[in-house]
Amino acid sequence: MAIYKLQVNGKTLQADVEADTPLLWVLRDHLGLVGTKYGCGIAQCGACTVHVNGSATRSCVYPVSAIGNSQVITIEGLSEKGDHPLQKAWDEIDVAQCGYCQAGQIMTAAALLKQNPKPSMDEIEVTMNGNICRCGAYHRIREAVKLASTKI
Amino acid sequence: MKSTTTNSRRDFLKMSAITGGGLVLGFNWFSAEASAPVVFSSIVAGDINFNSYLSIASNGAITIMSPNPELGQNIITSFPMVVAEELEADWKMVKILQANLDNKFDRQLTGGSGAVPHSWKLLRNAGATAKFMLIEAAAQKWAVPASECTAANSFVIHSRSGKKLGFGELAEAASKIPVPATVKLKDRKDFKLIGKSSVRNVENLKIVTGKPLFGLDFYRDGMVFAMIQRPEQFGMKLKSFDGSIAKSMPGIIDVVSFKNNVAVVGKSTWQVLKARKMLKIEYEKEFALESTEDHDKLFLNLMDNGQATVRRKDGDVDAAFKNAAKAIKAEYQCPFISHSPMEPMNFFAHVRPDGVELVGPTQTPGRARAEISKLLNIPEDKITVQITRLGGGFGRRLYNDFALEAAELSSIIKAPVKLIWTKEDDMTAGTYRPAVRYRFEAALDASGNLTGYKLRGVGINSGNPTREHNFPSGSVENLLIDSVEHKSPITTGAWRAPITNFLAFAEQAFIDEVAQAAGKDPVQFRLDLLAKAKKSPVGDIRYDINRMEGVIKMVAEKSGWGKKKDVSQGFSVYFSHASYVAQVADVVMRAGLPVVKKIYAVSDCGQVVSLNGASHQVMGGIVDGLGHAMYSKLSFRDGAADQNNYNTYRLIRMKEVPEIETHFVDNGIDPTGLGEPALPPTGGAVANAIFKATGKRVRNQPFIEEDVFKTIS
Repeated sequence: MAIYKLQVNGKTLQADVEADTPLLWVLRDHLGLVGTKYGCGIAQCGACTVHVNGSATRSCVYPVSAIGNSQVITIEGLSEKGDHPLQKAWDEIDVAQCGYCQAGQIMTAAALLKQNPKPSMDEIEVTMNGNICRCGAYHRIREAVKLASTKI
Repeated sequence: MKSTTTNSRRDFLKMSAITGGGLVLGFNWFSAEASAPVVFSSIVAGDINFNSYLSIASNGAITIMSPNPELGQNIITSFPMVVAEELEADWKMVKILQANLDNKFDRQLTGGSGAVPHSWKLLRNAGATAKFMLIEAAAQKWAVPASECTAANSFVIHSRSGKKLGFGELAEAASKIPVPATVKLKDRKDFKLIGKSSVRNVENLKIVTGKPLFGLDFYRDGMVFAMIQRPEQFGMKLKSFDGSIAKSMPGIIDVVSFKNNVAVVGKSTWQVLKARKMLKIEYEKEFALESTEDHDKLFLNLMDNGQATVRRKDGDVDAAFKNAAKAIKAEYQCPFISHSPMEPMNFFAHVRPDGVELVGPTQTPGRARAEISKLLNIPEDKITVQITRLGGGFGRRLYNDFALEAAELSSIIKAPVKLIWTKEDDMTAGTYRPAVRYRFEAALDASGNLTGYKLRGVGINSGNPTREHNFPSGSVENLLIDSVEHKSPITTGAWRAPITNFLAFAEQAFIDEVAQAAGKDPVQFRLDLLAKAKKSPVGDIRYDINRMEGVIKMVAEKSGWGKKKDVSQGFSVYFSHASYVAQVADVVMRAGLPVVKKIYAVSDCGQVVSLNGASHQVMGGIVDGLGHAMYSKLSFRDGAADQNNYNTYRLIRMKEVPEIETHFVDNGIDPTGLGEPALPPTGGAVANAIFKATGKRVRNQPFIEEDVFKTIS
């Protein structure tokens, strides 16, 4: 066990955990940030996606010891008031069914739009293909990413 | 303050004072006919968990409780929409809360595509009754006839005088109006919310900002975390275990055993997960350890030699086949599949000396309470269940094994515990869609008329794998449907559209084969059968011929059936639960492989409540049906599943979904349900289009393992 100081959503937070603890479980069990979801634990579904220094990262396989001073952004820190263009588009298109995967979908899309603010449908699909939505809301996820890209 | 009311035969009204505030109207949506007086307790201001499900506060705020578990079917939005519609409430002022398990609610469960059909009239009556009383109260205040007053946007209006009062201002007076025995419901042409797309999921903001909503998001001070190691092979039972290493690891509180389980209890999820890997467990064989090869042999053997249970028999099938000009026979098979919702199973339980607190995602909270009551010998009235949002269900959370585990564990360790399943636990611990094989046979006369039909279903823990009274039963003079079941240690359960999720594919693909053999257009062939069923019905018919015809004709029109040159089309139609869905798939060939380009769906689910929610159910159902038909399977070796996570168990992804166009039949009948009915037809439409494109029939799932998907090198 060791104390890790982490830069999360613009704040310095600390957790007393083992070095191999995945960031996912540090966020959920120790920092009370439960918006980042556990889906598969093996980086296959994308429900746990957060940003580490701006890159979409699967937090379920990312050990806390590897984070150092990297800036971590979770769904709770994507915007102050839930008004990121993607969050607004998700509401406008009414994307969610069960909603469990959506935080990960939004974080994946947010990293894409940061690097490529006007992605083509193909580029959206290639990026979003790594995130599973078991309810099958893929059409509306795609549409919402496209809509958000027009507002950035 | 306590007040008593005896005036309501239907127990609609509840009236209470808010401490230090105005009055609220409360309406019990679901109470049965009651003659006994009902006593109501006072309500504490700010505490909205009182025993009424619709309340109007003096400031105009409207609160509606949503009783049913929400797993993506949109019920938390759809139910309140129906109440608000009849109430003429301003939707922006409506606050919706997920109710806990409460005996005051009726059918507080999610399953069988039954919530809206069941509650439709109750919800409308609740809203209309409140509106009636608000209008009466206003009319009395203004000394005008109630018939001259109307309600809109949370106001009662007397247009002749221009008078207007808000629902909040009227709430107190309205609560004293006698409850009407009957109320007039709105004409559907006047609906402002129902059937429209303007109303969005009421939990959108919470979902997109990562607020705690789901069972796994539930944390409580002093709570411990637990995982259970279960036997990895079906047929094995626990013999002995050594938990000493696991127990010595950091953060681990205890290692305990019950039934075939070894549970590791600790201070965090990760520590428990790591320690569980260090358990040393010995199992011993209790039942046969079955493999997929065993099942394949079993299917063939039971198909010919099994003791079949007759499910339906019309006419003389043997004679029909003896006299047939042509006979067609084909077999279809599907593997076990897992529900694998995104949120793995989990549950919180705190068994205290004075009662039990349960929190978590379940489709059947009432059953969870009943089963835990029995398990722990604690009366049901000492058990509370808080219903969280469910990260998907698909039938898996109809079963409460995980809730029972959590409760039993809490009773052993005497601590509040959150039991967490990993995805691997979820995928390997059973309750699967059963593996089934069907044999269909059809007899045609010289003119290509269907004169005989036989279906035998052989299933592994499938119960009756047929739906013997569904189409084409009723349209064929000579018919025999029977089934054989093999009992296996591999556990099965209801999977979205139970049985029909595969039966519909097999049947609709086979009917396509029969139409081809008869030299008839597949759509016309079905319409001819329905016309025959209408003119001279054979035996019991439990589907509505007109509704089925309706969706068939409409999808043919919308999809340009028979008119397209650049795509190969396949057709399918199915009646399940109480709704009708017809689909056409457009397939094209790319690099020698068939690709589904587009699926058209026409659904008759009666009145659509939330247009967004309904279209999500259809599109999601199609993606679900297509994905599992194409890609998913669980195979077994010595009782253990070969696939245990999304790396080996393939789910459909964004790039694999075709365009989908959805239409609804607007026939004004009461809602008949939509959580499941769009899924069953998809596999058949796709398989039939693949045949059109390649000349090859796919008869087994997953399709991806069929020859037609193997690249020609």
